[in-house]
Amino acid sequence: MVKRFIALVLVLAVGGLFAVLLATYAPDAELNQTARYYAQRTAQDLGAANIVTAIIVTYRGLDTLGEVTVLFLAATIVGLVLSQGGQSGTPARGRVPVGELLTTGSRYLAPLILLLGVYVFVNGHLTPGGGFQGGAIIASGTLLLLLADPLRRFGHRLIAAVESVAGVVYVLIGLLGLILAGGFLDNRILPTGALGALFSAGAIPLIYVLIGLKVGAEVSSMLVSLAETDAETREEA
Amino acid sequence: MPGIAQLAMATGFLLILIGFYGALTRRNLLRMIVAFTVAGTGVNVVIVSIGYMHGRTAPILDATLAASDAAARIIDPLPQALVLTAIVIGVGITALMLAYALRLYSQKRTLDIGRFTELKG
Repeated sequence: MVKRFIALVLVLAVGGLFAVLLATYAPDAELNQTARYYAQRTAQDLGAANIVTAIIVTYRGLDTLGEVTVLFLAATIVGLVLSQGGQSGTPARGRVPVGELLTTGSRYLAPLILLLGVYVFVNGHLTPGGGFQGGAIIASGTLLLLLADPLRRFGHRLIAAVESVAGVVYVLIGLLGLILAGGFLDNRILPTGALGALFSAGAIPLIYVLIGLKVGAEVSSMLVSLAETDAETREEA
Repeated sequence: MPGIAQLAMATGFLLILIGFYGALTRRNLLRMIVAFTVAGTGVNVVIVSIGYMHGRTAPILDATLAASDAAARIIDPLPQALVLTAIVIGVGITALMLAYALRLYSQKRTLDIGRFTELKG
Protein backbone atom coordinates (compact mmCIF):
# COMPACT_ATOMS: atom_id res chain seq x y z
CA MET A 1 0.00 0.00 0.00
CA VAL A 2 2.80 2.40 0.96
CA LYS A 3 4.65 1.49 -2.22
CA ARG A 4 1.59 2.24 -4.31
CA PHE A 5 1.23 5.60 -2.55
CA ILE A 6 4.88 6.49 -3.22
CA ALA A 7 4.43 5.51 -6.87
CA LEU A 8 1.36 7.72 -7.09
CA VAL A 9 3.22 10.68 -5.57
CA LEU A 10 6.12 10.21 -8.00
CA VAL A 11 3.79 9.98 -10.98
CA LEU A 12 1.91 13.09 -9.83
CA ALA A 13 5.21 14.99 -9.48
CA VAL A 14 6.22 14.05 -13.01
CA GLY A 15 2.69 14.92 -14.14
CA GLY A 16 3.12 18.37 -12.58
CA LEU A 17 6.32 18.89 -14.57
CA PHE A 18 4.50 17.81 -17.74
CA ALA A 19 1.62 20.20 -16.96
CA VAL A 20 4.04 23.13 -16.72
CA LEU A 21 5.62 22.11 -20.04
CA LEU A 22 2.20 21.83 -21.66
CA ALA A 23 0.92 25.15 -20.29
CA THR A 24 3.95 27.08 -21.51
CA TYR A 25 4.17 25.34 -24.88
CA ALA A 26 3.75 27.64 -27.86
CA PRO A 27 3.90 26.00 -31.30
CA ASP A 28 6.35 27.46 -33.79
CA ALA A 29 4.86 29.64 -36.50
CA GLU A 30 7.88 29.17 -38.79
CA LEU A 31 10.20 26.25 -39.42
CA ASN A 32 13.43 26.47 -37.48
CA GLN A 33 16.72 26.89 -39.29
CA THR A 34 17.57 23.22 -39.68
CA ALA A 35 14.09 22.24 -40.82
CA ARG A 36 14.01 25.10 -43.31
CA TYR A 37 17.33 23.96 -44.74
CA TYR A 38 15.96 20.46 -45.26
CA ALA A 39 12.70 21.78 -46.74
CA GLN A 40 14.46 24.03 -49.24
CA ARG A 41 17.42 21.91 -50.22
CA THR A 42 16.09 18.34 -50.30
CA ALA A 43 14.42 18.51 -53.72
CA GLN A 44 17.23 20.24 -55.57
CA ASP A 45 20.15 18.55 -53.82
CA LEU A 46 18.95 14.98 -53.35
CA GLY A 47 15.86 14.66 -55.58
CA ALA A 48 13.80 12.90 -52.89
CA ALA A 49 10.10 13.76 -52.65
CA ASN A 50 9.75 12.55 -49.06
CA ILE A 51 11.80 14.91 -46.90
CA VAL A 52 11.69 12.63 -43.86
CA THR A 53 13.27 9.88 -45.97
CA ALA A 54 15.95 12.26 -47.21
CA ILE A 55 16.81 13.18 -43.61
CA ILE A 56 16.94 9.56 -42.45
CA VAL A 57 18.81 8.02 -45.37
CA THR A 58 21.13 10.81 -46.46
CA TYR A 59 21.40 13.83 -44.17
CA ARG A 60 21.43 11.60 -41.08
CA GLY A 61 22.55 8.44 -42.86
CA LEU A 62 25.25 7.63 -40.34
CA ASP A 63 22.68 7.67 -37.51
CA THR A 64 20.52 5.27 -39.49
CA LEU A 65 23.46 2.93 -40.04
CA GLY A 66 24.02 3.01 -36.27
CA GLU A 67 20.34 2.40 -35.67
CA VAL A 68 20.27 -0.65 -37.92
CA THR A 69 23.36 -1.86 -36.04
CA VAL A 70 21.56 -1.43 -32.70
CA LEU A 71 18.64 -3.45 -34.02
CA PHE A 72 21.07 -6.10 -35.26
CA LEU A 73 22.70 -6.25 -31.81
CA ALA A 74 19.29 -6.53 -30.16
CA ALA A 75 18.35 -9.41 -32.48
CA THR A 76 21.70 -11.10 -31.81
CA ILE A 77 21.38 -10.77 -28.03
CA VAL A 78 17.80 -12.07 -28.14
CA GLY A 79 19.08 -15.10 -30.06
CA LEU A 80 22.01 -15.54 -27.66
CA VAL A 81 19.96 -15.20 -24.47
CA LEU A 82 17.29 -17.57 -25.70
CA SER A 83 19.60 -20.16 -27.22
CA GLN A 84 21.34 -20.96 -23.93
CA GLY A 85 20.19 -24.25 -22.50
CA GLY A 86 17.38 -25.67 -24.52
CA GLN A 87 17.15 -28.10 -27.36
CA SER A 88 14.78 -27.49 -30.21
CA GLY A 89 13.03 -29.77 -32.62
CA THR A 90 10.67 -32.08 -30.79
CA PRO A 91 7.05 -31.04 -31.29
CA ALA A 92 5.14 -29.95 -28.22
CA ARG A 93 2.37 -32.15 -26.91
CA GLY A 94 -1.10 -31.07 -25.96
CA ARG A 95 -1.06 -27.88 -27.93
CA VAL A 96 -4.45 -26.47 -28.87
CA PRO A 97 -4.73 -26.64 -32.68
CA VAL A 98 -5.06 -23.31 -34.44
CA GLY A 99 -8.28 -22.66 -36.32
CA GLU A 100 -8.94 -23.49 -39.95
CA LEU A 101 -9.55 -19.79 -40.70
CA LEU A 102 -6.11 -18.76 -39.46
CA THR A 103 -4.31 -21.57 -41.28
CA THR A 104 -6.02 -21.00 -44.62
CA GLY A 105 -6.09 -17.22 -44.26
CA SER A 106 -2.39 -16.99 -43.51
CA ARG A 107 -1.61 -19.03 -46.62
CA TYR A 108 -3.30 -16.40 -48.80
CA LEU A 109 -2.36 -13.35 -46.77
CA ALA A 110 1.36 -13.97 -46.24
CA PRO A 111 2.42 -13.36 -49.89
CA LEU A 112 0.24 -10.23 -50.03
CA ILE A 113 1.76 -8.90 -46.80
CA LEU A 114 5.21 -9.56 -48.22
CA LEU A 115 4.25 -7.68 -51.39
CA LEU A 116 2.91 -4.73 -49.40
CA GLY A 117 6.12 -4.61 -47.39
CA VAL A 118 8.22 -4.55 -50.56
CA TYR A 119 5.98 -1.84 -52.04
CA VAL A 120 6.33 0.29 -48.93
CA PHE A 121 10.13 0.19 -48.88
CA VAL A 122 10.58 0.53 -52.64
CA ASN A 123 8.47 3.72 -52.60
CA GLY A 124 10.04 5.07 -49.43
CA HIS A 125 11.42 8.17 -51.15
CA LEU A 126 8.01 9.09 -52.66
CA THR A 127 5.32 8.16 -50.16
CA PRO A 128 4.96 7.92 -46.39
CA GLY A 129 6.86 4.76 -45.63
CA GLY A 130 10.30 3.36 -46.15
CA GLY A 131 12.70 0.68 -45.11
CA PHE A 132 11.80 0.47 -41.43
CA GLN A 133 8.06 0.47 -42.05
CA GLY A 134 8.35 -2.03 -44.91
CA GLY A 135 10.63 -4.24 -42.84
CA ALA A 136 8.13 -4.18 -39.97
CA ILE A 137 5.34 -5.19 -42.38
CA ILE A 138 7.42 -8.11 -43.65
CA ALA A 139 8.07 -9.17 -40.07
CA SER A 140 4.33 -9.02 -39.39
CA GLY A 141 3.94 -11.57 -42.21
CA THR A 142 6.41 -13.80 -40.35
CA LEU A 143 4.37 -13.31 -37.19
CA LEU A 144 1.19 -14.37 -39.01
CA LEU A 145 2.89 -17.55 -40.25
CA LEU A 146 4.11 -18.27 -36.72
CA LEU A 147 0.62 -17.77 -35.32
CA ALA A 148 -0.87 -20.10 -37.91
CA ASP A 149 1.74 -22.78 -37.27
CA PRO A 150 3.67 -22.21 -34.03
CA LEU A 151 5.91 -25.17 -34.78
CA ARG A 152 6.95 -23.87 -38.18
CA ARG A 153 10.71 -23.55 -38.33
CA PHE A 154 12.16 -20.81 -40.47
CA GLY A 155 15.57 -21.14 -42.01
CA HIS A 156 17.93 -19.29 -39.67
CA ARG A 157 20.55 -19.49 -42.41
CA LEU A 158 18.34 -17.68 -44.92
CA ILE A 159 17.44 -14.94 -42.43
CA ALA A 160 21.09 -14.52 -41.43
CA ALA A 161 22.21 -14.43 -45.09
CA VAL A 162 19.66 -11.75 -46.06
CA GLU A 163 20.55 -9.76 -42.98
CA SER A 164 24.32 -9.81 -43.41
CA VAL A 165 24.34 -9.31 -47.20
CA ALA A 166 22.03 -6.29 -46.86
CA GLY A 167 24.24 -4.86 -44.10
CA VAL A 168 27.49 -5.31 -46.04
CA VAL A 169 26.05 -3.82 -49.25
CA TYR A 170 24.67 -0.88 -47.23
CA VAL A 171 28.13 -0.06 -45.90
CA LEU A 172 29.67 -0.57 -49.36
CA ILE A 173 27.20 1.93 -50.88
CA GLY A 174 28.16 4.33 -48.12
CA LEU A 175 31.84 3.90 -48.96
CA LEU A 176 31.09 4.40 -52.68
CA GLY A 177 29.60 7.76 -51.73
CA LEU A 178 32.95 8.63 -50.18
CA ILE A 179 34.70 7.95 -53.52
CA LEU A 180 32.13 9.01 -56.14
CA ALA A 181 30.20 11.78 -54.38
CA GLY A 182 30.44 14.21 -51.49
CA GLY A 183 30.88 11.87 -48.54
CA PHE A 184 29.91 8.73 -46.65
CA LEU A 185 26.39 7.60 -47.59
CA ASP A 186 25.95 10.43 -50.10
CA ASN A 187 23.07 9.34 -52.34
CA ARG A 188 24.35 11.11 -55.44
CA ILE A 189 26.45 8.17 -56.61
CA LEU A 190 23.49 7.50 -58.93
CA PRO A 191 21.66 10.18 -60.98
CA THR A 192 19.01 11.97 -58.91
CA GLY A 193 16.50 11.82 -61.79
CA ALA A 194 13.12 13.53 -61.95
CA LEU A 195 11.47 14.44 -58.66
CA GLY A 196 8.66 11.99 -57.92
CA ALA A 197 9.79 9.21 -60.29
CA LEU A 198 10.37 5.69 -58.95
CA PHE A 199 13.97 5.67 -60.15
CA SER A 200 15.04 8.96 -58.63
CA ALA A 201 16.77 10.33 -55.57
CA GLY A 202 20.04 8.57 -56.38
CA ALA A 203 20.91 5.75 -54.01
CA ILE A 204 18.05 6.41 -51.56
CA PRO A 205 15.68 3.72 -52.96
CA LEU A 206 18.55 1.24 -53.08
CA ILE A 207 19.56 1.96 -49.49
CA TYR A 208 15.96 1.80 -48.31
CA VAL A 209 15.44 -1.58 -49.99
CA LEU A 210 18.52 -2.85 -48.14
CA ILE A 211 17.31 -1.35 -44.85
CA GLY A 212 13.89 -2.91 -45.46
CA LEU A 213 15.38 -6.37 -46.02
CA LYS A 214 17.69 -5.98 -43.04
CA VAL A 215 15.00 -4.77 -40.64
CA GLY A 216 12.57 -7.41 -41.90
CA ALA A 217 15.17 -10.14 -41.35
CA GLU A 218 16.18 -8.83 -37.91
CA VAL A 219 12.67 -8.45 -36.52
CA SER A 220 11.70 -11.82 -38.03
CA SER A 221 14.69 -13.47 -36.36
CA MET A 222 13.66 -11.99 -32.99
CA LEU A 223 10.12 -13.32 -33.47
CA VAL A 224 11.39 -16.74 -34.50
CA SER A 225 13.75 -16.92 -31.51
CA LEU A 226 10.94 -15.98 -29.13
CA ALA A 227 8.53 -18.47 -30.72
CA GLU A 228 11.02 -21.35 -30.60
CA THR A 229 11.83 -20.70 -26.96
CA ASP A 230 8.14 -20.45 -26.17
CA ALA A 231 7.59 -23.90 -27.66
CA GLU A 232 10.47 -25.31 -25.59
CA THR A 233 9.31 -23.67 -22.38
CA ARG A 234 5.89 -25.21 -22.80
CA GLU A 235 7.38 -28.62 -23.42
CA GLU A 236 9.36 -28.49 -20.20
CA ALA A 237 6.37 -27.27 -18.20
CA MET B 1 -8.29 27.49 -27.07
CA PRO B 2 -6.00 24.45 -27.16
CA GLY B 3 -5.04 23.27 -30.60
CA ILE B 4 -4.57 19.76 -31.91
CA ALA B 5 -0.87 19.92 -31.02
CA GLN B 6 -1.64 20.56 -27.35
CA LEU B 7 -4.24 17.81 -27.39
CA ALA B 8 -1.78 15.32 -28.88
CA MET B 9 0.89 16.43 -26.43
CA ALA B 10 -1.47 16.03 -23.45
CA THR B 11 -2.36 12.53 -24.70
CA GLY B 12 1.32 11.68 -24.97
CA PHE B 13 2.07 12.97 -21.46
CA LEU B 14 -0.90 10.99 -20.12
CA LEU B 15 0.41 7.81 -21.80
CA ILE B 16 3.85 8.42 -20.25
CA LEU B 17 2.29 8.81 -16.79
CA ILE B 18 0.15 5.68 -17.21
CA GLY B 19 3.25 3.78 -18.29
CA PHE B 20 5.31 5.05 -15.32
CA TYR B 21 2.58 4.18 -12.85
CA GLY B 22 2.19 0.73 -14.35
CA ALA B 23 5.94 0.07 -14.31
CA LEU B 24 6.15 1.16 -10.66
CA THR B 25 3.17 -0.75 -9.31
CA ARG B 26 2.89 -3.97 -11.34
CA ARG B 27 4.60 -7.08 -10.01
CA ASN B 28 4.40 -9.18 -13.17
CA LEU B 29 7.36 -8.79 -15.52
CA LEU B 30 5.18 -8.96 -18.64
CA ARG B 31 2.90 -6.22 -17.33
CA MET B 32 5.94 -4.06 -16.56
CA ILE B 33 7.16 -4.54 -20.14
CA VAL B 34 3.73 -3.50 -21.45
CA ALA B 35 3.87 -0.44 -19.19
CA PHE B 36 7.29 0.55 -20.54
CA THR B 37 5.98 0.18 -24.09
CA VAL B 38 3.00 2.44 -23.29
CA ALA B 39 5.35 5.06 -21.81
CA GLY B 40 7.60 4.83 -24.88
CA THR B 41 4.63 5.36 -27.17
CA GLY B 42 3.70 8.43 -25.13
CA VAL B 43 7.19 9.90 -25.61
CA ASN B 44 6.88 9.35 -29.37
CA VAL B 45 3.48 11.06 -29.48
CA VAL B 46 4.87 14.06 -27.59
CA ILE B 47 7.85 14.41 -29.94
CA VAL B 48 5.68 14.20 -33.06
CA SER B 49 3.24 16.76 -31.63
CA ILE B 50 6.12 19.24 -31.17
CA GLY B 51 6.72 19.16 -34.93
CA TYR B 52 3.08 19.84 -35.75
CA MET B 53 2.27 23.30 -37.11
CA HIS B 54 -1.26 24.49 -37.71
CA GLY B 55 -2.50 24.65 -41.30
CA ARG B 56 0.53 22.93 -42.80
CA THR B 57 0.87 19.65 -44.67
CA ALA B 58 3.04 16.53 -44.51
CA PRO B 59 6.68 16.95 -45.61
CA ILE B 60 6.26 15.07 -48.89
CA LEU B 61 6.61 16.94 -52.17
CA ASP B 62 4.12 16.11 -54.91
CA ALA B 63 1.96 17.76 -57.57
CA THR B 64 0.19 19.99 -55.04
CA LEU B 65 3.31 20.95 -53.08
CA ALA B 66 6.11 22.47 -55.12
CA ALA B 67 9.66 22.37 -53.82
CA SER B 68 9.89 26.17 -53.98
CA ASP B 69 7.24 26.86 -51.32
CA ALA B 70 7.87 23.74 -49.25
CA ALA B 71 9.47 25.75 -46.44
CA ALA B 72 6.28 27.76 -45.96
CA ARG B 73 3.83 24.88 -46.19
CA ILE B 74 5.24 21.76 -44.52
CA ILE B 75 5.40 20.78 -40.88
CA ASP B 76 8.74 20.16 -39.20
CA PRO B 77 10.17 16.90 -40.64
CA LEU B 78 12.87 16.50 -37.98
CA PRO B 79 10.71 15.19 -35.09
CA GLN B 80 9.19 12.64 -37.46
CA ALA B 81 12.62 11.37 -38.47
CA LEU B 82 13.61 11.21 -34.79
CA VAL B 83 10.50 9.26 -33.83
CA LEU B 84 11.01 6.81 -36.69
CA THR B 85 14.39 6.04 -35.13
CA ALA B 86 12.91 5.88 -31.64
CA ILE B 87 10.19 3.41 -32.68
CA VAL B 88 12.71 1.02 -34.21
CA ILE B 89 14.97 1.14 -31.17
CA GLY B 90 11.86 0.66 -29.01
CA VAL B 91 11.11 -2.58 -30.85
CA GLY B 92 14.63 -3.80 -30.14
CA ILE B 93 14.36 -2.89 -26.44
CA THR B 94 10.97 -4.58 -26.10
CA ALA B 95 12.26 -7.75 -27.76
CA LEU B 96 15.25 -7.78 -25.39
CA MET B 97 13.04 -7.32 -22.32
CA LEU B 98 10.78 -10.14 -23.49
CA ALA B 99 13.75 -12.41 -24.09
CA TYR B 100 15.11 -11.77 -20.58
CA ALA B 101 11.63 -12.31 -19.13
CA LEU B 102 11.40 -15.65 -20.94
CA ARG B 103 14.80 -16.71 -19.60
CA LEU B 104 13.90 -15.68 -16.06
CA TYR B 105 10.63 -17.56 -16.33
CA SER B 106 12.31 -20.71 -17.57
CA GLN B 107 14.62 -20.63 -14.53
CA LYS B 108 12.20 -19.72 -11.75
CA ARG B 109 8.82 -20.65 -13.26
CA THR B 110 7.45 -17.30 -12.18
CA LEU B 111 7.19 -13.79 -13.56
CA ASP B 112 6.66 -12.13 -10.16
CA ILE B 113 9.37 -9.50 -9.70
CA GLY B 114 9.18 -10.02 -5.92
CA ARG B 115 10.56 -13.54 -6.30
CA PHE B 116 13.77 -12.37 -7.97
CA THR B 117 15.71 -11.47 -4.83
CA GLU B 118 19.30 -12.25 -5.85
CA LEU B 119 20.33 -8.59 -5.88
CA LYS B 120 18.79 -7.76 -2.50
CA GLY B 121 21.43 -7.10 0.14
